[in-house]
Amino acid sequence: MAGLATSLGAGAATNSLAQMPDIDMLFLFGSNPTEAHPIVSFYLKKALRNGAKLVVGDPRKTWMARRADVWLNLRPGSNIALLNGMVNVILQEGWENREFIEKRTEGFEELKKKVKEYDLETVEKLTGVSKGNIIEAARLYSHADKAMIVYGLGVTEHQTGTENAMAIANLALVCGHLGRPSTGIMALRGQNNVQGASDLGPLPSSFPGYQAMSNTGAREKFEKAWGVTLSTEIGLKSVEMLEKACEGKFKGIFILGEDPAQTDPNINEVRKALDSLEFLVVQDIFHTETTKHAHVILPGASFAEKDGTFTNGERRVQRVRKAVEPIAGKAEWQVICEIATRMGYPMSYRHPSEIMDEIASLTPIYGGISYARLEKESLQWPCPTKDHPGTTTLYTDLFSRPGGLAKFMALDHKGSGETPDSEYPYVLITGRVREHYNNGSMTRRSPGIMELVPEELLEINAEDAMKLKIKNGDKVSVSSRRGKIKVKVKVTDRSQPGNVFLTFHFPEALSNLLTSEHKDPITGTPEYKSCAVKIEK
Amino acid sequence: MSDHKVKIKINGTEICCNRGDTILKAARMAGVRIPTLCHDDRLEPYGGCRLCSVEVKGVPRLLPACTTPVARKMEVITESETITRIRKRIVSLMLSNHPNDCMRCEKAGECALQDLAYQYGVDGSEYGGERWDLPIRQANPFIVYDPNKCVTCGRCIRICNEVVMAGTIDWVGRGFHTYPDTAFRKPRSLSNCEFCGQCVSTCPTGALIDKKGRGKGRVNELTRVKTTCGYCGTGCNFFLNVKDGKVVKVTSDYDAPVNHGNLCIKGRYGYEFIHSADRIKTPLIRRGDSFHEATWDEALDLIADKFTGLIKKYGNKSVGAFSSSRCTNEENFLIAKFARTVFRNNNVDNCARV
Amino acid sequence: MPKSKKTPAVTSEKPSLKDITIRICMGTGGLAAGSREVMDAFHSELRSRNLKAAIINKCVTKTGCRGFCAKDVLVDVIISNAKTTYQFVDPEKAARIVEEHIINGRPVEEWVVGPEYHAFHNSETKILLKQCGEIDPEDINAYIAIGGYRGLEKALSQTPFEVREEVKSSGLRGRGGAGFPTGLKWEFCSMSKVAIKYLICNADEGDPGAFMDRAVIEGNPHSVLEGMIIAGYAIGAKKGFIYIRAEYPLAIERLKIAINAAEQKGFIGKDIIGSGFDFDISIKQGAGAFVCGEETALIASIEGKRGMPRSKPPFPVSKGLWGKPTVVNNVETLATIPVIMSQGAKWYSSIGTEKSKGTKIFALTGNIKNTGLIEVPLGISLREIIYDIGGGCDKGRRFKAVLTGGPSGGCIPESHIDMPVDYESLSEIGSMMGSGGMVVMDETSCMVDMAKFFLSFTTNESCGKCLPCRLGNKRLYEILNRITQGQGKAGDIEFLLSLAEDIKISSLCGLGQTAPNPVLSTIRFFRDEYEAHIYEHRCPAGVCKAFRKYLIDPEVCKMCGKCFKACKSGAVAWEKKQPAVIYREKCVKCGACYDVCPFGAIT
Repeated sequence: MAGLATSLGAGAATNSLAQMPDIDMLFLFGSNPTEAHPIVSFYLKKALRNGAKLVVGDPRKTWMARRADVWLNLRPGSNIALLNGMVNVILQEGWENREFIEKRTEGFEELKKKVKEYDLETVEKLTGVSKGNIIEAARLYSHADKAMIVYGLGVTEHQTGTENAMAIANLALVCGHLGRPSTGIMALRGQNNVQGASDLGPLPSSFPGYQAMSNTGAREKFEKAWGVTLSTEIGLKSVEMLEKACEGKFKGIFILGEDPAQTDPNINEVRKALDSLEFLVVQDIFHTETTKHAHVILPGASFAEKDGTFTNGERRVQRVRKAVEPIAGKAEWQVICEIATRMGYPMSYRHPSEIMDEIASLTPIYGGISYARLEKESLQWPCPTKDHPGTTTLYTDLFSRPGGLAKFMALDHKGSGETPDSEYPYVLITGRVREHYNNGSMTRRSPGIMELVPEELLEINAEDAMKLKIKNGDKVSVSSRRGKIKVKVKVTDRSQPGNVFLTFHFPEALSNLLTSEHKDPITGTPEYKSCAVKIEK
Repeated sequence: MSDHKVKIKINGTEICCNRGDTILKAARMAGVRIPTLCHDDRLEPYGGCRLCSVEVKGVPRLLPACTTPVARKMEVITESETITRIRKRIVSLMLSNHPNDCMRCEKAGECALQDLAYQYGVDGSEYGGERWDLPIRQANPFIVYDPNKCVTCGRCIRICNEVVMAGTIDWVGRGFHTYPDTAFRKPRSLSNCEFCGQCVSTCPTGALIDKKGRGKGRVNELTRVKTTCGYCGTGCNFFLNVKDGKVVKVTSDYDAPVNHGNLCIKGRYGYEFIHSADRIKTPLIRRGDSFHEATWDEALDLIADKFTGLIKKYGNKSVGAFSSSRCTNEENFLIAKFARTVFRNNNVDNCARV
Repeated sequence: MPKSKKTPAVTSEKPSLKDITIRICMGTGGLAAGSREVMDAFHSELRSRNLKAAIINKCVTKTGCRGFCAKDVLVDVIISNAKTTYQFVDPEKAARIVEEHIINGRPVEEWVVGPEYHAFHNSETKILLKQCGEIDPEDINAYIAIGGYRGLEKALSQTPFEVREEVKSSGLRGRGGAGFPTGLKWEFCSMSKVAIKYLICNADEGDPGAFMDRAVIEGNPHSVLEGMIIAGYAIGAKKGFIYIRAEYPLAIERLKIAINAAEQKGFIGKDIIGSGFDFDISIKQGAGAFVCGEETALIASIEGKRGMPRSKPPFPVSKGLWGKPTVVNNVETLATIPVIMSQGAKWYSSIGTEKSKGTKIFALTGNIKNTGLIEVPLGISLREIIYDIGGGCDKGRRFKAVLTGGPSGGCIPESHIDMPVDYESLSEIGSMMGSGGMVVMDETSCMVDMAKFFLSFTTNESCGKCLPCRLGNKRLYEILNRITQGQGKAGDIEFLLSLAEDIKISSLCGLGQTAPNPVLSTIRFFRDEYEAHIYEHRCPAGVCKAFRKYLIDPEVCKMCGKCFKACKSGAVAWEKKQPAVIYREKCVKCGACYDVCPFGAIT
C-alpha cells in the first residue's frame, strides 16, 4: 500500500464496495475476486450485469478474464511496462483529463517523458500483450464516465509491487478517475484485517494512524499518553529481524498469529533464522510451521472468542464479538497486558472497547470511532470526530499529500527478480482457491471443505502438459533454485503456456519452498507471484 | 417536486417516492407492511408468489407490489377483502403441496411459510389432490435439499444466477412439476456448485438447509452473535449461532453493510476450526525437543523473565514483535504499544505487507 | 377467390404451355396429405409425355395453404385463365389429370371440388390469405408481381409519425389475442428516449389446432417481412426478430428463403430503397412451450433464458428485449400492415365493426363438417361461421357449443350463436378472441369433460412461475377430474367458481389469467351438466366412462360378438346368435366394449 500512499497520500482503497454496481468500466488488475474475494466479486458481477465494460489484466484466464471485453494476458512481472504503455496511448491520442492533471496533480512532465519510452512496439515485446488490446483497454478506461481500477495481490506481490501500485495511480490520475463515487482505485486486501493492522501501528517507521515517527508533535502526544520516552530510531521490518537473527545479531521475537515459516517466501531461510533465536514466543490458535521453532507457545483465541474490531479493505471498521469463551481462558489482548505488566509496564484494560477509546484519542483517522457508535452504524475512516459520518469516497477535493496534490511517478520496467531460463523454463504464479484460505490452518479443519478440495494441484496449460507428457492426476515434481515439492497435475486453460499455478494452502506441498527471495525494497513484500521453476515427471 | 419524484397514494395517504421505485419499496418507506415470499432485497423483483398483490385503481386485476413501478397519481390499496382472500388462497395452495411436517422441520420457528400459515389461518387441507413425493438430495458436504418443501419462489435459482452467477440450479419440469434443481438432476459437485450456501440463505422454507447445523438446535435455543468474518479482507458480517458454548451454525445478517447476507463457502461453512480438536488449549513450554503443558502464570512469567534477560544481555534492540493481519485492531495497537513501551524500540512489524 | 364456379368448356385447340399452370397446395397440411408426391407425379407425367418444357417453364408451382385442408391435396389446373380445382388428388389421379385435362383438354369431372368448397370460400373476405394458395411463396418476384413491397415504399416515403397515424386510424388491433390497438402500441414504444429499440414478430403459435400464422408464413412470407420492416420504421427499431417454433420447419425454411431474397433486393439491410433506413431480421426458433407465446416469456426465451413471463408493467414497449423498448406483434397483425399501407387506413377500417376492424383468420376444427382456415370480417356472426362456412355439425348431430380463443377461451352455447364475433362481444360472454382457434362441439361432447380437457393442456403448459397458475389450475383440474370420475360432491361447483375467480385475478400472465375460462363458461352455460355429474351420477353426453352402467340391452344387441372380443377381462359372455351379457363382478369399466359396439347397445 506504500505505492498508493506515495502517489495519493493514503495507502487505502479510495471508494466503498457498495459503489461498485454503478461503475461503467471495470479495470481488474492482478486480482481474481471470484476465488479470493467472492463477495467483492458479487458486486463486480452486478456491475457487469448492469452493463459495465470489463478489462482484465492477468496472466491467468480467470472467470473474469473469460468474460472480459479485453483480456490483457501480460507476462508476470511486466505490470509497469503495460501501464506505462496504456498511459502513453492515452496521451498520444489526447484521451487524458487535462483539467484534472493541471488542477490536482504534480510531476506530469516527468511522467510524460518517461512513458514516451513505452511505445506500443516496446510494450508488446515486454508484456506479450497485443497492441490492439492495449489500445482498446486504454480507450475503454479513458472514455468511461465512472471507471474503477480494482487490483489485488497480483500487483503488490512483486519485487516492484510498490511501483506497480504507483503505475496504477498514474493511469487513474491521467484520466482523472479519482475522487468521485464509483470512480477510483480499490485494492483488495488478502487478509481480514490487513487494513487495520497497517492503520494501527505495528510498523517500524510510524505510529498508529500513519503518524510519522519524525513528526515531533505526534511523538509527544504518544509519549504523554503512554508515559514513556519513545525511541526515535526507525525499527526493523520483520524480514530484517529475521536476517539479523541469521547473523546472530537478533535474539528474541514475540510472534502474534503469524506463520512466517510457511507463508514467507524462501522459507528455508526463515526457518534457519527462527532456529537461531535465543527465545521465540508464538501465540496462535493452531500448531503451525512456526510454532515448531518456538520456546513458548501460547494458545490464541479465535475470532469467535473475543471482542474487538476489524477494518476491511474499504476502510470500514466493524465489530468482532465474543460468541464463546476463549478456549484457554485468555484472549490475546489480555495476554499482552499481562506480559507488559510483568515486565514493568502496567497495562490494564477491562474490555477492548477501552483500547479503542485509546486508539481514538491518539489516531485522528479513527478519532470518531467508539464501540457505542459501531453498535448503531458502520463507519469508514477517516472519521475524525464523534459526529463525523465517516468517509465513503476519498479525495473528493484534495489528496492527502502535502499541498493536496497527487503525484505522478515516472517509473521504469524492471521485470521479475527471477525470469525463466533453459533450466527453469516455467513461471510459477501462486495464489488462492475459493475454498481455502492462506496456510489452510482454518479451512483444512473443515471436513466438508477438505472433501471438496483435498489437496494441492498444479495448474498447467494443455500445451505444456503435452510437451511434458503429463496428464490430469499425474504426480510431478516442481522445483526451483530453492526447493522441490511433489504435487498432482490439473490441466486447465486457466494457465497460459509457460505459466503454472499453485496455491499455498497445503503444508504437504509447500509452494513457498519454491518462491524466490526477491522482495519489494520499499515494503519488503515478497515476490510470491513470479519465480522460475522446472517440472519433472 | 423534482423530476425524480412522484406522488402516489397508499391506502389513501399521499406519499412521495422515487420514480422507478416499486410499490413495495414505496410502501415500506411509508411504513406500510405488505407480505412477501419470493422477494429478497438482494434479487431482482420477480412477482412469482403473488402474495404482495395489491389493488391499483383502474386496473381490474391485482398487481404484485414487488414488480410494479410507481406511476404518477397511482392509488394503491394494500389491504382489502379481495386481497386477503387472495393471500389466503395462495398460502393454502402452497400448503396443499407441502409435507406440513413443521414439528420435525429444521426451519420451524423461522419459516416464512409457517408464519404465513399462522397469519392467515389456513392449512391447505381443502384441496386434497396430488402432492410431490420427490427424493431428498444431500450427496454433498453442506447443503440438504428437500424439494417437497419447496414453494417455488425461485429465490435460490435467482441468487445462484443473479448474484453468484454460478448457474448451478435452475427450473426443471413444467406446470405442477416445476421445481429448482441442478442440470440433469446431478448431485451438487465442485464442477457445478460453489457451495457458498447462498441458496440456503435465501430459502424461505425448510427446502434448503445447512447440513452441518441439522439437528444441532432449534432457532429459539440458539444465541445469535453478530460478528465480522475472519477470512479475507472484504469484511462480511454474519451471525454465529451458539448453543451450549459451541458455534453450531453461521447464518446470514441481511442488514450487513458490506455483504447484505451474502457469504462464500469459507464464511458460511468454514467455522469448524473454532472447536477443532487441534486447537492449542494451554500454554506450552519447550523442554529439549518436546513441549510441555504449563499454566498461564508459568508461561507468562517465563516470557517476561526471558525477554527482560535478553534486553539486559544484548540491549533492547535485540528483541522485537510481529503481529498479524489476523488479529484485531485492538491487539495490533497493543503490540505496537508493547514494543515501544516495554521493549522500548520500534522493532515491530506486521504481515500486512505479505 | 376462385372466380370460376363452373368447369370450363372443352376447347378444341391445344393451349400453349405458357397458358398452363398447375398449382399444388404445399402448406404443411398439403404436404402431410402427400402433395410432394403429387407434384413429383405431375413432373414425371409431364416428362414422360415429352412436356419437359412445362417443367422448365415452371408450369407446375407450389402454393401455400388455401384453408380448406379437409380436402387436401388440392390442385388448381389453369388453362388459358380457366381454373379447375381438384380435391383429394394423389399421384395416380395426377396421371389421369395430365392425360385427360392437360393433353385432351377434358377436366376429370368426378374429382373436381364440389359446391361446399365454393361455399367455404365464398363466405370469406380474404385479405391476408388472398395470395396464399395463389402465389409461389418461395419466389419474391411473385410477391412483387401482385403489388408486394409497395406498402413499404409508401411507408418509407412518409415520416414514421405518419405511418403510425395511418395504422392508428386503420383501427387495427393485435391479432395475438388481447386486441390492443397496434398503432397505439407503436406510439408508446416510439415515445421512449432509449436509442436502441427492437421489433419482434410473434410466430409462436401454440393453441392446439390453430395454424393461421403458419399458413400466412408458409403461403406468403414476404407479407410478414414487409409488415415488420414498416413496423420497424414506424417505431425506430433497426433490428427485428421472428420468434417461431421449431415445429414449423417449412415456415422457417420459407422465411429464410424470403429474408435472403429480400436482402438481395434491398428491402432488408442497410439504406432500404435509398431511404437511409436500416433494418435487419433474424429468426429465433423456440422449443414449443405454449407460454412462449406470451410476449414477456417470448422475450426471455430470445434472451436465452427459460421462457417464463414476468409481471407487466413495465410493458415491453418501455422495457423489453434486453431491457430495451420492444414491440411484439403477431404474424397476422404484421401481415396486415402492408395492405393497410398500400390500400389505405380508410379502406381497411371500412371492414368490420366499429371497434373491431378488418378481417381475422380462424382455424375451424372439432365436430364440424368443413374444417380448415377461414378469413372473415370481424363482426360476422358465429352462425355464419359455423353453418354457412363450416357446413354445420358432422353426421347431422346437433350443435352444442363452440370454444373460441384456444384452450383458455370460453365455451359459447347455441343460445348465443347469433352473437357477432368481435373483441368486446367475446370477452363479455366470458371468452376471448385469442389467436383464432374455434373448436365446435356437438351433442356428443360432455362439457365437464371438455373443460377438463382444455385445463389439462394449460395446466401442463404452465411455466410454474406464479403460484395461482401452477397450483391453482392444477387443483381446478383435479376437482374436474374427480367430478368426471363420479366422485363429485356438494359444494364442488361453488368451490370451482371461487378458485377459478381467484386464479383469474391473481395470476401473473395471460396463460394463468385465462386458463379457468373454460371452467367458468361451461359452469355458466352448462351448469346442469355439472349437477348431473355430481348429484345424479350421470354424464348426459355419455362421455365420462365412470358413469356408464355397462349393461347390454338385449333388444338392441345384434349379437355380433365385437364386445366379447374386445373385453380383456373376460367379463362379456357371448355365444353366436345370442345377445351378449356383461358380468358386473368381472367388469373393470374400461369401456372397450362400449367403444366397439356399432349399435349403441351398451349403456
